Amino acid sequence: MTKQILFLQGNDVCVEAAIYAGVNFFAGYPITPATEIVERLAEQLPRKGGKFIQMEDEIASMCAIIGASLTGMKSMTATSGPGFSLKQEAIGYAVMAEIPCVIVNVQRGGPSTGMPTCVSQGDVMQARWGTHGDHAIITMTASNHQDVFATTVEAFNLAETYRTPVILLFDEVIGHMRERLIMPEPGEIPLIERLRTSVKEGTDYHPYLPRDDGRLPMSDFGGVHRFNVTGLVHDMWGFPSNNPNIAHGLMRHLVDKIENHVSEIAKVKEYYLDDADGILISYGSPARSARHVVENRRKRGIRLGLLELQTLWPFPAEKVRDLCSKAKYILVVELNMGQIMQEVKKAVEDPGKVFLANKIDGTFISPTDIRNIIRLIQGKGV
Amino acid sequence: MAVRDYIRERFMPHIWCPGCGHGIVMNTLIRAVENLGLRKNDIIMVSGIGCSARITGYLDFHTLHTLHGRALAFATGVKLGRPDLHIIVPMGDGDATAIGGNHFIHAARRNIDMTAIIMNNRIYGMTGGQYSPLSGYGRMATTAPYGNIDQAFDIVELAWSAGATFVARTTTYHAHDMVTILEKAIVHKGFSVVEVLSQCPTYYGRKNKLGDAVEMMKSYQKGTTPIGSNAKKQNPDLVERGIFVQEEKPEYCTEYEKIIQKVKGEKQR
Repeated sequence: MTKQILFLQGNDVCVEAAIYAGVNFFAGYPITPATEIVERLAEQLPRKGGKFIQMEDEIASMCAIIGASLTGMKSMTATSGPGFSLKQEAIGYAVMAEIPCVIVNVQRGGPSTGMPTCVSQGDVMQARWGTHGDHAIITMTASNHQDVFATTVEAFNLAETYRTPVILLFDEVIGHMRERLIMPEPGEIPLIERLRTSVKEGTDYHPYLPRDDGRLPMSDFGGVHRFNVTGLVHDMWGFPSNNPNIAHGLMRHLVDKIENHVSEIAKVKEYYLDDADGILISYGSPARSARHVVENRRKRGIRLGLLELQTLWPFPAEKVRDLCSKAKYILVVELNMGQIMQEVKKAVEDPGKVFLANKIDGTFISPTDIRNIIRLIQGKGV
Repeated sequence: MAVRDYIRERFMPHIWCPGCGHGIVMNTLIRAVENLGLRKNDIIMVSGIGCSARITGYLDFHTLHTLHGRALAFATGVKLGRPDLHIIVPMGDGDATAIGGNHFIHAARRNIDMTAIIMNNRIYGMTGGQYSPLSGYGRMATTAPYGNIDQAFDIVELAWSAGATFVARTTTYHAHDMVTILEKAIVHKGFSVVEVLSQCPTYYGRKNKLGDAVEMMKSYQKGTTPIGSNAKKQNPDLVERGIFVQEEKPEYCTEYEKIIQKVKGEKQR
């Protein structure tokens, strides 16, 4: 059977993937450059028996997907910088109350209203630390439409596995660029469904008592078990507590359930790294230019490699250190002022060999831009 | 079912101050639910943050304690997930009309089927007595040490003009009326708003020299009157209580279900 081939923009691919993953609730608010996600789901969801609602603001959208997810629905919202800022408090609620959900941020130039129609990757650190308090978070990205599809499905899988909000950090170029998508067949990408409790009705159910493996079987809210859900520090029944031991245990659980599984969660793509003297590290749309440079140089026998990050948080520091251990220089290619470069500097043995190729003017970074920086690093001049 | 069966007794005594009106609201709400013969599993209660919001911890329903002002936004997602269940959203006046004002008017506009109970004590109690959108001009609060210059909302008018299809006002003094009103609000198909004047002797009463809880409740007796009474014509300062709006309009979840039935299974255009 020949596979279906579609020609779509990245925002549409994200929607197709979400439907493939089984999304059945979406709440959103129009914002450039993510609006196409909202529009397409408004059309698609009721056809699948799912539900769409355009809420009164970004905050309400985030709150609504948490409420719907609690009742057992696979829930998602989509936004861009200003909306992502507004959602932060409720993202923290989803972290604290351990509610699976997916938040798409199609990044545009910031701060503030910034450059709504222009590309940026300025929200990397906001994805990590946007909500208050110590916490762990999962954030993923992609550089092409096939990966946008796979990563979006993976985001739903991780949200369900770890009972956590997962942020998809795309960018304006990925969102609006049109390219080919080979539509995966049903079943081709495994789907992970919510782990539901086997505790019977009438038996004491502990919604916040993790199993030995850290996972929490859920009971759909409104179902046979009555329990409390709160953003306060809570005990194993979900009731508020000021007990220091309970608070400490909960904080450790929330962070450890993700940080102790970095090797399972974090994904990278490696291109020509085995013998590379110079390594480019990139993610999202700039990784396309970086890959172009690497393949172009390889044809001339220059030993350049590319490490493409697909997971930004938790940051795969050990993997980056191992893969970059023999490189003479590392060039991080990103559309911000070095947000991932700082993480790379922290990860590698010699931070002095880490450089930055970036753009912060709303335009895309070209292979020529990257080549020029490489020449500068090598003392060759531009 | 006995009243105490609805309460999570291990959390008693509650955290509300002596004389607080919120316990009366909890009491009447339980009686309304009991009179309606609803099972504990039939009700999802969603609250925000504040003194009022703590009611969710004490009642043995499905309870969701959310963020300040956002209870109705969370509840909207919950209701779309479980349209078959009754959603009750207790809020304070600051919770519902200040930080949550936007969600309040839009939930009313959508006419989504849930019951909003606004426990109006005209002050932020949990944080210690700051003025709210319901405090009123000239009133005292810790953040209005020289007298409040903010005008107050009228919750009934606000809910009415925003599109709520059931709007009522009652007080903690009129507990028997409150039971009947809450029963009607819960079974009403659409967005119901019940404003309950609820005394806060600790902050609002003390700051404004209104006496203790009993005196404050007596002021509800003397200062309010049934809708359309002769007393109101003679004394326009009296606050009316009763059911102001009770009408049928298309309900949000029902309308969405119609869309699903219409387009389900259709291929992409």
